[in-house]
Amino acid sequence: MQAASAQPREASPGDTARVEEHIVEIISDSGEGAQTAGQMFGTISAKMGNSVWTVEIIPAEIEPPARSTAGASGNRIRLGSFPITNAGDEADIVVAFNDQVLIGREKAGEFKPGCTILLDNVWKDHADPAVASQYAETVADFIDRGYRVIEVPMEEECRKHMENPRRGKNMFVVGMLCYIYVRDVSLVHGEIKFKFRHKGEKVIAPNVKLLEAGYAWAGQNLGFRFEVPLIGVAEPEVVFNGNTAIALGVVAAGMDVCAMYPITPATSASHYLSEIFDEVGGVVHQAEDEIAACAFAIGASYAGKCAVTITSGPGLALKTELQALSVMGEVPLVLVDVQRGGPSTGLPTKVEQGDLLAACFGTPGDAPKIVMAPATIEDCFYSIITARKIAETFRTLVLVLTDANLATGQQAFPRPHFNKEWLAPPIDQSPVPRDKDPYDWDPRTGLSQRFIPGQPGGMHTLTGLAHTRDSRVAYEPGANQEGCRHRSLKLAAFQKTLKPPQVYGDAEGELLVVGWGSTKGAIEEAVDRARRDGLKVSSLHIKFLQPMASGIREILQRFDRVTTVEINYSDSLDDDLIDEDNRRYANLAWLLRARYLVDVDCWSNVHGQPMKPGAIGKMIRSKLAAD
Amino acid sequence: MFGLKNECVLGYEEEYRTIEDYQGRIVRWCPGCGDNGILSAVQRLCRDEQLSPEKTVFVSGIGCAARLPHYMSTYGFHGLHGRALVTAQGVKIRRPDLKVFVNMGDGDCCSIGTAHWIHSVRLNMDMVAMLHDNNIYGLTKNQASPTTPTGRKTATTPRGTPLRPLNPLTTTLGVTNASFVAQVVEWLPELLYNVIRQAYHHKGFAFIRILQRCPHFMPDLFTSLLDDPSRLLLLRHENGIQVSDAMGRILKTQEEHDPSDLHRARELAESQERVPVGILYRNESVARYEDLRRPARVPTWEDRQRLLENTFDKFGIFPNGHEVTTGATQKE
Repeated sequence: MQAASAQPREASPGDTARVEEHIVEIISDSGEGAQTAGQMFGTISAKMGNSVWTVEIIPAEIEPPARSTAGASGNRIRLGSFPITNAGDEADIVVAFNDQVLIGREKAGEFKPGCTILLDNVWKDHADPAVASQYAETVADFIDRGYRVIEVPMEEECRKHMENPRRGKNMFVVGMLCYIYVRDVSLVHGEIKFKFRHKGEKVIAPNVKLLEAGYAWAGQNLGFRFEVPLIGVAEPEVVFNGNTAIALGVVAAGMDVCAMYPITPATSASHYLSEIFDEVGGVVHQAEDEIAACAFAIGASYAGKCAVTITSGPGLALKTELQALSVMGEVPLVLVDVQRGGPSTGLPTKVEQGDLLAACFGTPGDAPKIVMAPATIEDCFYSIITARKIAETFRTLVLVLTDANLATGQQAFPRPHFNKEWLAPPIDQSPVPRDKDPYDWDPRTGLSQRFIPGQPGGMHTLTGLAHTRDSRVAYEPGANQEGCRHRSLKLAAFQKTLKPPQVYGDAEGELLVVGWGSTKGAIEEAVDRARRDGLKVSSLHIKFLQPMASGIREILQRFDRVTTVEINYSDSLDDDLIDEDNRRYANLAWLLRARYLVDVDCWSNVHGQPMKPGAIGKMIRSKLAAD
Repeated sequence: MFGLKNECVLGYEEEYRTIEDYQGRIVRWCPGCGDNGILSAVQRLCRDEQLSPEKTVFVSGIGCAARLPHYMSTYGFHGLHGRALVTAQGVKIRRPDLKVFVNMGDGDCCSIGTAHWIHSVRLNMDMVAMLHDNNIYGLTKNQASPTTPTGRKTATTPRGTPLRPLNPLTTTLGVTNASFVAQVVEWLPELLYNVIRQAYHHKGFAFIRILQRCPHFMPDLFTSLLDDPSRLLLLRHENGIQVSDAMGRILKTQEEHDPSDLHRARELAESQERVPVGILYRNESVARYEDLRRPARVPTWEDRQRLLENTFDKFGIFPNGHEVTTGATQKE
């Protein structure tokens, strides 16, 4: 424990420490630009050749009350000298615009013990004595608990260059961080120019000035620097978040229609798509509600190319009946669910993986559909292309489950090489031969050709009622059985095309950690660390959750124990009333247990935070220690 | 024949479609159901306009009325309860070549699908929306609908409906961008046909409320109108319905009503004494959503490639130092 706050002092060049990775958090009240600062710092670091993962810290309100402990808004940047695949563990350096936002983040366990906190000291002599004393108390408390609190005159310094320092502080922060991490300031000039390209020189110039001021101040006052060795950029890369990846995936998949209704955290995908879709003749239709959005997409699909609708949990629930219609009528549809905390309105801005079972089984009646979950931001892009192909080939609904962690996380990945095949071939509109049925189900695969309006000879009335091969409403006993069977067979036919997932680590061992979706990077990092310590642990990440590929059972059976790691709720056996007869498992654990009859355990929580590799590592160690 | 080449005439006869060519499956509505009259009028329209069956789509929700697409030989989409209009919007958005018709009951349109009805009026997409209004839920067997008259005893209101019925005409006429609103009864085939035909020729969202008999659950509903046609107020105008002699003999109560007069249309819609039939309102100048959202030209896959490459440039990180190209230039 450190007894006193480390106060600014003159730096000496010998103070630069080499680290393999560092996590920086920039947090402020909403609207102070911490998110922009974080993204900018992340981009610069990526461009210089660090591997970077950034993730947004978003309060649920647009402008929550100032200085509220739960209202922190900002960005977390993890930079490293090795490929970074997740947001990592606790922060090494925190830049805070006020003392209160620190409290909430610290309580959530986001700070490394003893980490450095650069705190704006404007509150110290605040006119309101209550604010000033809150500030003093917080600083004292943090110092007391071993944090290295550096009080920075951010506002004071910024006022020298700008009338309203609240609007430029974030660039001062970027400047400080550029000094601390030995970043190339000229690169930041470019970023500032790009960021404010629509606002002109009168905005660019003061921001550049503040950036340089921050850099200079840090140089004169901070006695430390960190070098995170650059690994360089070997091939062209792109860096954007998972929602942008989805939007670009929609463009790359050759789709024309996206119907949506605003919902957090899915909407930003549609924002980006709205900006660019016109250029390729696409339309983002903002419908009057989630149901309308889904029906609109189904209508558009029915009359031509497969369409997409993008939503989050509550929207997924509202689209339930239409999902079943898509399955029943065999109208292709891509439905993206950017999962957030639930149930009900839940935690709109926070991450969760709680929609898997709803996605697989949430439709009353038997509605077999394909459920897939991208694990990385790169995967978000390609998954949409794949999803459209599957939807059209198998005349079915494809659900793509991402989450708030992927939606707002940014990571660089190899620049995609455009491939014309992404766009899918034009739809066959040649005349339909006489007596060919609109549900001419292949007896083995359940597949049939889709006729679209405009196609001569294909006229029929699609119906959500039970129907025969010629789309006649049917009530006779055999008909519904036949329809259900053929729709189900399509899933089996699709399943036969899947490759078994690859085990990460040894093919057998004492513990297998199974995950899906955005937790992949954190799980694999935890497995790497544990394996370095000689633990016999491997992991498996499942992309296609319904249907699942063959070979998974054999993989599970090669390990002494299997556990899933998921960001959703499961009961803990530590609770008095919970036992094996009533324990509710995490989503994927249910699926694995039901299908493979393997005693799969689960480790999950709903804190609304990305899984930390450190926490997963702890779980791995405790499970193996229990043996 | 008439100076035309024989082969042309023969070709014409081959291609000419009769009413039978638009008939689909065997009709299963109750005997005396008003939906039969609506179906006949629609099939006649298809014949008279020689609509291409493959380019025509009838979209419906769920209910008795929603069975109509099955009885046509065109494309049809018999979707979900309340969702016909939104599905039809999706069908139309990128397919201006398709003729789209929507058939809904009063439960479909005015109850479960109300939000879509309101917004469909606002979008003003080119389609004909027919509200088969029999003031009752038929298929689910005799429950009160939003248009059921006050005091009516139904399965869900055994002591009579407590509320005043919703007025579909005033509702529609109250929505921004309303461009065609008509009312008609199914038992006057000539008038029904005329109204549907004018709706079909309207460029935009044409809403027709069709008063429709349900002999099973509401046998007495329209008897007063049937017994005393003078209770119907026929709206005639050179830009609206032109009245034939036969029609004039049946519907003696008439009013000269200019369909561009929104104010009067709203008064007529509100009227308690007489039931207006004909075209209440028409405005051809309202923009259509599908036109507003139509791309200026048909983009090619090269456009998609260009957009993606530009975007990758914008978000790009390049190996050769810090060179960053941003924006519109695509290097090949």
